[in-house]
This record gives sequence, structure tokens and C-alpha cells, in this order.
Amino acid sequence: MSNPTNLKYTTSHEWIKTEADGTITVGITQHAQELLGDIVFVESPAVGRNVTAKEECAVVESVKAAADIYAPVSGIVVVGNSALDSTPELINSEPYAAWIFKMKPSNAADINSLMDAAAYQTHVDSEAH
Amino acid sequence: MTLKQTPLNATHRIMGAKMIDFGGWDMPVNYGSQMDEHHQVRRDAGMFDVSHMRTVDIKGDGVRGFLRYLLANNVDKLQFRGKALYSCMLRPNAGVIDDLIVYFMDEQWFRIVVNAGTADKDVAWMKEQAAKSALSLTIIPRMELAMVAVQGPNGRAKVWQVLPQTEAATKDLQAFQAADCGDYFIARTGYTGEDGFEIILPASKAEGFWKSLNQAGVAPIGLGARDTLRLEAGMNLYGQDMDETINPLEAGLAWTVDLKSERDFIGKAALLANPPTRKMVGLVLQDRGVLRGHQVVHTAAGEGEITSGSFSPTLNLSIAMARVPREVQVGDVVQVAIRDKMLAAKVVKYPFVRNGKGLI
Repeated sequence: MSNPTNLKYTTSHEWIKTEADGTITVGITQHAQELLGDIVFVESPAVGRNVTAKEECAVVESVKAAADIYAPVSGIVVVGNSALDSTPELINSEPYAAWIFKMKPSNAADINSLMDAAAYQTHVDSEAH
Repeated sequence: MTLKQTPLNATHRIMGAKMIDFGGWDMPVNYGSQMDEHHQVRRDAGMFDVSHMRTVDIKGDGVRGFLRYLLANNVDKLQFRGKALYSCMLRPNAGVIDDLIVYFMDEQWFRIVVNAGTADKDVAWMKEQAAKSALSLTIIPRMELAMVAVQGPNGRAKVWQVLPQTEAATKDLQAFQAADCGDYFIARTGYTGEDGFEIILPASKAEGFWKSLNQAGVAPIGLGARDTLRLEAGMNLYGQDMDETINPLEAGLAWTVDLKSERDFIGKAALLANPPTRKMVGLVLQDRGVLRGHQVVHTAAGEGEITSGSFSPTLNLSIAMARVPREVQVGDVVQVAIRDKMLAAKVVKYPFVRNGKGLI
């Protein structure tokens, strides 16, 4: 599966979608879910929590391991995806639809510093070696 | 460091395995989905490459007496050819060197199967003890042998489909019994809580056997599912649930230690001198989350620690084995520290699952 070109990416394998209202939606990439394997638990951040870029703010656990999810930019958490409480495996089947949380960035321009799909793919390839 | 490979290494890769470094061995962790592989074994049949484990034959006059002293369980329970016994091998301070299965072949020959990561130190220890005895025993690591486990409700039938010549000799085997069928040493043992066989065979035959099983509908299963299966079955994993710093009485293995007979064995004096203060219990998480090894367990009687924990695919919740103060009782609710939270877990008896059925 190729990484959607309308999204931004982090080196820690989150994807970021900028919404029309200026909020951003965050999930984990196809590559990340593949590395983790069968996902069984998602803990999304508390609504209203202030996070700084690269701060641990959510946890995704597979049968195998627990992985921290990092805030891609600084801002405030708006909502978590409660659908993942009962169906965390959606992250495996539809990683780019199964979002984990939405946040409002403190500075919208911070999004521009994140990687595009091509740069992210280069990053994934480099990690494989 | 170059990873060690089993005779099935190339076959795993062709079958799409994701390979990992498992104690210096290049082994398959899964062939796609660990969850699917887990269910495959509980519901039908799966096969595991366990060739990294080592078969050690001990031969010579007096081998029974030697093992009576070497092992914490009593090999006098083995009275007919092929009968198997699970035991720990202890240091004089009763720390567990390894857990193993010993098979009685004849009075000149016992066969032992030990863990992969401990195999070298096990053989060294056996040789050291043999040298101290007045016996002339030979201790023979069988490096040329592979091992395949076929587990699940349909596992035995699939083996008979592939090796019809072995059916007559193995169809009446009870649990913990084995039969020598030419190249194939077939034991009704396993590490999943399901029925099945563990088969020791020449490395040169491993690939053909594996492929025939696959054609018969037996799916390959990686080490990931092997771990969740054995955890549900309440079976200890060496290096995680016990090691040389833990004695078997505090590792949930009192049932494997024979303290009743007169015989002396290595570690016995230390076990008698130090009554256990901790014990193993099962935990079932009451909140959402996943129990993992090394998480701290808070009980009314003091702290304990999770030794193995994961998500249970069969029960669809998180379970763990934990070492806790002796005073903790089944039915108690304890608190487990997971990241910045304290989550409630209920104390239960394990196994959690046996023969496909949840027991809690």
C-alpha cells in the first residue's frame, strides 16, 4: 500500500491530515501497523490535554508489544477516536482511516515542517537497512 | 554476530515468515498474523519449527542413578520405554539452570530435550556432574537432529496422514509418552495446551516433512503465537518466569519437584532450608490495557511482579503470570502499575485455556 500523498508524516511513523477547520487528525502509518502486528488496545490522549511536539501522548499495543504515539506538533487535544476502544484492529485493516486523535496546533505553520509522502517513504526505506 | 539457522530457515522465508533474532537464532515470529496463527492451533492444527531446542542423549551404565541426582523430578517415575517426565535441573542453591523433558529409552540410555538459549550451559553442567561421578557416561548433543511440533485438535491426525507408517506405534500413546519410529521420534507432548505431537527427526528430513504437513493443511506458526499459546496454557518460559535466581517452588513448579522420596538431588538441601515466600498466580486484567512482563503488582501483602503477560486471543482480554507474596489468594483484586496508571486485576488459578476452552 502506498502512503497517501495528501497526508504529512513523522519519522516516528504517524500520519497527519490537515482538516478544513484547521485541526489535524493523527494516526499511524501502514508501515507502523505492519511492524506492530495485531493491535489489541489503543489509549488515546485526554481531551483538552496540552502537548508539545514529539511528546508521548497515546499508546498502541499489539499482541507483541506496546508503542508510544507522539504528538506531531504542539497544540491541544480535541478528541480521541472512541471507536478504537472496541475495534482496535481497524488500525491494521485501515490504517489511514482509523485515526487515533485530533488536535488543534498552536501554530498551523508547524505542519509544513513535517515530511511529505515521498520523503516518508525514503525514511522507511532507510530504516530497513 | 551471525545468527544460527535451523534446517528450515530457507523454507520459513519462502513461506513469508517475518524473522527475528531469538537468543542468537534466526527464527520466524509470524507468517502474517500472530492472532490468526494462535486461533489456527486452538481450532485445527499448526506446526512449529523448534529445531533450535537441543536433544541430548545420555548413555552408559548407571544413567538412571545419575539423573536421579541431577534432576529435581524423580526419574524413577519413568518405568517403560518412551515415558517422559518434565523436570527442572538445579544449581546447588536451587536456582533453575533449565527446565527440560527427559525420556526413558532403556537402562543404558535416557534422552533429554533442553531449551535453545541454555543448551550449551546445560551440556557443560551435565558433563561436569558426570565427571564428578564414578560413572563412565557419554553425553551426546544430537546437533544433526531437527524438531517439529504439530499441535491442535487435528494435529495427530495430520501427522498420521503424512507419516502413515507411524500411526500404529503412536495411536495409543498417552500424554507424556513417546515412540521411536525409525527416523521419527514421536512424543505426545507440547507447549500450547492442545493435543499434538513433538517430533524429533533427522535435519535432512525436516524440509520434506514440513512441506508435506503444509500440503495436508497444517499452517506454519511463529514464535509470537507460540508465546501466547503457552501463556494461556499456563506453561513457564525459561528466562522469563524462572531462571537461576529463582527456585522451582517460587516458579509455580512445586509439582515437578520430588521432595517426598529419600533420594538426594542437586538443590534439595537448599529447597528444604528455604521455604518459599512467594508464589505464582494468574492475573486477569479488569480494565482496558495489556499486562506485560516486569510490571509491578501491588497487593495487600506487598509487591510482586508480572513474569509473563500479554493479550489472550482466546479469551479476548489481557492475562498474566505473576510472582507475588504467598499470602495473596485466588479471588483477590490487585493493582498493576501500567505506565502512569494503576489498573485492577483479579487473581486466578492458571491454566487460563486448555484444549480450546477458556477456564476462567
